[in-house]
Amino acid sequence: MSTSTPQRPVAASTTPPRQRRASRIDADILAALAARPEPGARGFVSRFVSSVAPAGAGVGAKAGAFLITVSLALLAALPIVYLSGSDAATAIEALLGGSWGSGLAIGETFVQAIPLLISGLAVAVAFHTGLFNIGVEGQLVMGGLAAGIVGATVDLPGPLLLLACLAAGVAGGALWALIPALLKAFRGVHEVVTTIMMNYIAFNVSRFLVSPSGPFVSETQPSATEKIPLEARLAVVAPGTRLHAGLVIAILLVIAVAWLLYRTPEGFRLRLVGANPAAASTAGVSLRRTVVTSMLLSGGIAGIAGAVQVLGVFGRYYDAFSPGYGFEAIAVALLGALSPIGIAAAALFFGSLDAGAVQLQAVAGISREMVSVVSGLVVAFVAAQPAVLRLLRHLRERASARRAPARPTSARRASGTDPKDPA
Amino acid sequence: MDIFSISLVLSAIHLAVPIILPMLGGLISERSGVMNIGLEGMMLGGALSAVAITFLTGDPWVGLVGAMISGVVSGGILAVLTVTLRGNQVVASTAINLIGAGLTAALVPIIWGIDGTTPSVPKIPSLEVPGLSGLPVVGPLFSGLTLVDYGAIALAFAVWWVLFRTDAGLRIRACGESAESADAAGIAVVRTRFLAVTVSGVFAALGGAYLSIVALDAFQAGMTQGRGYLALAALVFGKWRVWPAVAVCLAFGLADAFALRSQIVAPQIPHDLLLALPYILALVALATFVGRTSAPAAVGKPFARA
Repeated sequence: MSTSTPQRPVAASTTPPRQRRASRIDADILAALAARPEPGARGFVSRFVSSVAPAGAGVGAKAGAFLITVSLALLAALPIVYLSGSDAATAIEALLGGSWGSGLAIGETFVQAIPLLISGLAVAVAFHTGLFNIGVEGQLVMGGLAAGIVGATVDLPGPLLLLACLAAGVAGGALWALIPALLKAFRGVHEVVTTIMMNYIAFNVSRFLVSPSGPFVSETQPSATEKIPLEARLAVVAPGTRLHAGLVIAILLVIAVAWLLYRTPEGFRLRLVGANPAAASTAGVSLRRTVVTSMLLSGGIAGIAGAVQVLGVFGRYYDAFSPGYGFEAIAVALLGALSPIGIAAAALFFGSLDAGAVQLQAVAGISREMVSVVSGLVVAFVAAQPAVLRLLRHLRERASARRAPARPTSARRASGTDPKDPA
Repeated sequence: MDIFSISLVLSAIHLAVPIILPMLGGLISERSGVMNIGLEGMMLGGALSAVAITFLTGDPWVGLVGAMISGVVSGGILAVLTVTLRGNQVVASTAINLIGAGLTAALVPIIWGIDGTTPSVPKIPSLEVPGLSGLPVVGPLFSGLTLVDYGAIALAFAVWWVLFRTDAGLRIRACGESAESADAAGIAVVRTRFLAVTVSGVFAALGGAYLSIVALDAFQAGMTQGRGYLALAALVFGKWRVWPAVAVCLAFGLADAFALRSQIVAPQIPHDLLLALPYILALVALATFVGRTSAPAAVGKPFARA
């Protein structure tokens, strides 16, 4: 910090907009980002994105942050274990037994991890553009609903119907993200407020559609659509468990999102707008178009998460089929530091918690709501992360200043500029 | 049962107060520059604390105080995360919501040994206003409301008075419009925001307690049913001003009462769609007449002295 002084980016101000090809823009922007623009030029979201997903941080540092956050959250939840009249050893045994103790348990862990992984990716795509998509839950519900309705009403041969259901899921989710996207892009309305509203509209509208007077309710099963034909569902891939082919879709999505974000010009634009909207705008990236693209992608992916649950686990749309995957997904995405691989790891962690929670309740008598507490704690610790990083750097600078007392001024100046630029 | 009657107004007020209280909290917090979407989680904390303390002491008024203390805690945690540590406000309040929902649901079996709904506790009694409760037409209004309902209106007035008629309010609003300018003018931005966020927790917790020991007499996991978010909608709809936002809350309460009643009187109207209506209206308002400059300018921006 004291050795390299931040410099004003040259590229950002001299880049002629629009005509450049993506690769040229990439090079210019990378230079601009590397030069680190003045702190004041960057919005709070972008500063947050770079603190959650530091571009330069190595895999080791990310894995370290992951493990520390998880351990702290589990430790902080420990009082609940003891208040429930259990102890740490029993709880850990029940949790591990229920999530990794048998083939069935491992299958269940993956079944729980699949929707968390997919919706975690949905949260992350929006986050990379600096958007808080709190509406993943609603988009997931609408995706599942659309898939369930198509599966129950459209007459197509099995595999084609499966594809149609998945496409309907994407459309349902994306449609639910479109309104917040347009309001954000054209009216400047904060997406947090609008996506929350869309969630509640989704919950109520979906409940109505399968209510006794709703148009899509099953004749035999209340609060559900008719069953989807067996051959149009996602098949079980591990006999004896509930693990279904949605796992393949989830893995393909991890690869697709990683490729999109880090290997395509579009992905670069998405991340650029999140990292530095001013530089993106100067480089000719349309902020409006990027915001809408990002939200639609996010909503579409969330819709797949819902469709996969409907097609792989239930075989029909049930009202309230999601216990809040879309909210837990926020914790998944943040714990995974917004990287697709990190999100896969975080989804497995929360999947283990969700799967183990059944055993935790049955054997150790600990409420399964523990999972929600742990995910909340994870989010809280991620929120505190920039402050911790700031503190660590401050301590390091103090230490180095003490070691080199000949140059006290530079150290003081460095720590003085610190608070404005936590990244 | 007649659908338009004084009892409809009464139930509209009962349904509006648990939105008005968290809305006032959100207003204070956002006017000071901190976005608080954690109202829902804070409400659940208040609702459970109120029932737990009432259960232990047998006095719902002590329960109400317990809810306020829980609000100081949940608001204080959010203040530490967002103001002291300068963490992201949306992320931090999402954490409050997740922890609030999970912890309250997990504590019910720990305290009472049963899942779901807690046993009944004494409610805060409604207040018979001497002389007025005997009046024709409006009489039921003065026998069906509790001191908390009158208190909520008084609090709305107090918040309006403090925010828009006192120096302290001017300081709070200055922090919400431009923390740097406020700081330059000698206002202690960090302290002001910390207090505002903590107070918003108390208001939200009171709203939760209203649900659990005024409207009902027990706690149920997730009993707030999105009222903390509805309060946010009212705030947006009312352009971050006290009386328009209170009016929106009353309209939401009336819509809610109407929806409940129509289940009995006119079951052909889909109840679920009526419940979605406030949110749809809030979105339409955002898309049309609520301008982009309505929100306090510095909401969401952490502040640190350079």
